[in-house]
Amino acid sequence: MKKILMAGIAGFIGIPLYTACEDSNPLPDRGYDLVWSDEFDGTTGDLPSAANWSFEIGTGTNGWGNRELQYYTDRPENVSLDGKGNLVITAIEESFEGSPYTSARIITRDKQEFQYGRIEARLKTPFSQGLWPAFWMLGSDLEPGDAVTDTVPWPRAGEMDIMELRGQEPGKIAGSIHGPGYAAGNAVTESFELTDGRFDTDFHIFAIEWGADFIDFFVDNRLYSRLNPESIPEGSEWVFDKKYFIILNVAVGGAYVGSPNSNSRFPQTMIVDYVRVYQ
Amino acid sequence: MENLKITKDIKNNAIRIRAICFSIVLITFGCTRDELDLPNATFPAIAEVFTDVPVNLTDEFFVSFDPAEGANTNGFGVDENIAYEGTTSIRIDVPGPADPDGSFIGGIFKDRGDGRNLTSYNALTFWGRASTSATIGTLGFGTDFENNTYAASISDVAFTTGWKKYIIPIPDPARLVQEKGMFIFSAGTQSTEGLGYTFWIDELKFENLASVAQPLPQIFDGNEQEETSFNGATVRVSGANVLFNVDGKEVAVNSAPAYFNFSSSDPAVAGVDDLGIITVKSAGTAQITATLGESENERPVNGSLTVTSEGNFDFAPTPPARDADDVVSIFSDAYTNIPVDNYNGFFTPDGQTTLGGAITVAGENLISYTNLNFVSINLFNTGGANASTMTHLHVDINIREDVGSGDFIRLQLINNNGETETSSSIQLGDYVVLTKDTWLEFDIPMSDFSGLNATDDIDLIFFVSDATISSVYVDNVYFYKN
Repeated sequence: MKKILMAGIAGFIGIPLYTACEDSNPLPDRGYDLVWSDEFDGTTGDLPSAANWSFEIGTGTNGWGNRELQYYTDRPENVSLDGKGNLVITAIEESFEGSPYTSARIITRDKQEFQYGRIEARLKTPFSQGLWPAFWMLGSDLEPGDAVTDTVPWPRAGEMDIMELRGQEPGKIAGSIHGPGYAAGNAVTESFELTDGRFDTDFHIFAIEWGADFIDFFVDNRLYSRLNPESIPEGSEWVFDKKYFIILNVAVGGAYVGSPNSNSRFPQTMIVDYVRVYQ
Repeated sequence: MENLKITKDIKNNAIRIRAICFSIVLITFGCTRDELDLPNATFPAIAEVFTDVPVNLTDEFFVSFDPAEGANTNGFGVDENIAYEGTTSIRIDVPGPADPDGSFIGGIFKDRGDGRNLTSYNALTFWGRASTSATIGTLGFGTDFENNTYAASISDVAFTTGWKKYIIPIPDPARLVQEKGMFIFSAGTQSTEGLGYTFWIDELKFENLASVAQPLPQIFDGNEQEETSFNGATVRVSGANVLFNVDGKEVAVNSAPAYFNFSSSDPAVAGVDDLGIITVKSAGTAQITATLGESENERPVNGSLTVTSEGNFDFAPTPPARDADDVVSIFSDAYTNIPVDNYNGFFTPDGQTTLGGAITVAGENLISYTNLNFVSINLFNTGGANASTMTHLHVDINIREDVGSGDFIRLQLINNNGETETSSSIQLGDYVVLTKDTWLEFDIPMSDFSGLNATDDIDLIFFVSDATISSVYVDNVYFYKN
C-alpha cells in the first residue's frame, strides 16, 4: 500500500495471474499452530499494547508517498481499544497540524516480525468515498523513513497487502504484492468482490498463507489468489523470503481512492477483532 | 435466534392491533378487546410491483395527483416496444410547462388488496432510463392517498439515456406490515428547460439488498433546534430523513416522521405522538428526540427540538359584546370582521421593513409585527370600512421590547384612498403610557382624527414607529359606537 501510486490500474494492466476462485477450494492443510496474536482485550480507551505496536505519526513524506490527506496520531480518539475486545482506528474530519483529517497507523516493527505462516485479521472496514483502510506488511529491512532515496528502499524491501479497500466500493477488497520491478501501478494484485455483501457491515477474516515460494490470499477462508515466484515479472526478484512486520491503518484520500467528497461520512472506523499469526 | 423471531412477530402483531383499535375507536368510543384475542393478521409479501404487467395493483393501476393542481393525466402508459427485461415497461411522458392538460405528471401505484407486508425487504428498486438526461423530482413509496403514514422518497434523481438500476432504501422495513403505497413519482421539466421528455421504468419491485447499509437517521435535518412556544401550540417534526450508503454511494431518503420513535424529556411540558406532532402543554422546557428501529435494531437519531413554553399565551382582553350595528370590526375574534386586503402590504419599495402579519396561537388569531418601521392594515381593494356612524376606534397593542424615552407608535387613518383622500394621525402614547409586555387598550374618539373630512371609506390603518419600537402584537382593531 505504501507508495502504490497507481495500484488501482494494476488490476487492469497488471501481470496475468493464476487465480483460483471456484465454489470450493481444496485447501492444503499446512499444520499451522498459533504463534502470536493480539486479541485487543483491554479497557475502553486504552492504546493498543506497546509490546506489539508502535505508532507512526504525522504525514510522512508526500502523504506517506501516496498524497494521503490525513495526519496520523497516537490519540485515543484515533486509535484505542473499545473494551469489547476490539481495536478501533477512527478517521476524523478535523483540522489538525495543517491536515484536514486525523487517523492512525500502527506497526509491529521491531516488536513482532514474522517470516512465513498464516497472517490473519478479523475486521470490519470503514466505508464512504475517499476512505482507504488496509491490513498489510512491509519487509523488516526497509530503511526507516519513507524517502525514495533510502539505500534499501521500498519497493525492494517488499510489501504484502493482505487487505485494502476503497471506501466507495465497500464490497470489494484487493490483495497485492510489491517488489522491485512490480510495485505501485505494476504491483501484482487481485481483487475479491462479495456478490451480495459488504466489508463494512460485518466482520470478515482476511489472511495470507505464506511460504518460501508461495503466497495464498484468503477472504473468510476462501482462497482467491495464489502467487508464487512465477507470478512476478520475469527476471525480477522475489523478496518474500525474510521477516516482515504488520501494519493496520485507515488512510483518507490519496491516489488509490481519491479524495472524500461532500457526501463522505465522518467519523469512520476500522474495527479489528484480532490479528493472529500461525506457523 | 428463534426467540428473537417470535418477539418480532409479536411486535408486528401489536402494531397491527393498534391500527385496528384506532378505527374501532371512532365507532365504539373504546377498544375493550384483549389484544391477544385478535388474530395475527398477516398480509402478502408480494415483492413485484411491475414486471411486464402491474402485479396485484388496483384496476386503475396509476392514480394521478389532482389535475386541478396541474397534474397531467395523459402521459402515463405501458410501452410495448421498450423494456429493460421482458416485453414491456412503464412509459411516462413528461409535459412541458405550457401544456394545457397540466404541467407535470405524477401519482401513485396502489396495492389492490389490504396492503402488503414489506418487512422482509429493505429497498424498492427498478431499472430506469430517459429520452434525454433529466432529473426526476420525486420517486418513492408509502404514499397511498389515504394517510400516507409511511411516505418515503428520494428527490432530484438523475436519469440518463441508458438503463440504470435505481435503489430507494426503506427507512425502517419493520414498519411496513401493511403498506398500500407501492410507488410514487412526480416529474416536471425543470431540468430540461421546459422541454418535454419521456422516461421508462421497468422491473419495479421490493428487494432485500446487502448493498443497502449504514442508515444514518435524522430529524430537523440533524440540527439541535430550539423554539419558544406557548401552551396549546402544536409543532411538527420536520426535516426527517435517513441517509443510506448504497454500494458506496450516499442516498438520502425523505422519511415520514411515523418511521421514527419519538420521546419527550418532559411530557408534561410537551408531548409528541407517533406522527411527530408535538403538543405544548405547560410552562417549561422539553427536548424532543427520536430513535429509529426497535429492540436490537434501534439506533439513535441525529437532531432534536428543544421547546420552551412561556406558559399560557397572554391574549388581549376579550372585547365586550356589542350589537352588530354598533361595531365595524377589522380584526377581532369577538366580532364578525369586514373583508380586508391584508394585514401587511409589504410596501418594500416605499422603504417598509416590517415583517409579519396575522398569526394563530392556540387557536386564537392576533397580529404579530416585527422589524416595524411602518405597516398598514389595507382595505382599499375590498371596499374600505364605513365608520361614519362610529364614535371610537379601538385597538389593543402589546409591545414586546423595552420602551425608550423617545419611542412612539403613531396611528394614521386614510379615508378614500387616492387623489381625494384625507389623512389624520394620533400618537398612541398620548392615550396610554407605552410599556412593555402588557396589553395596552386604546379607545380613541373618532373626533381626534381631525384631519379626516369623512370616515365612510377608511382604506388604510397605519402603525408608524420609525423603528423606535420594532416588535408588537396587535389585536381587536375595530370601530364602535358608544
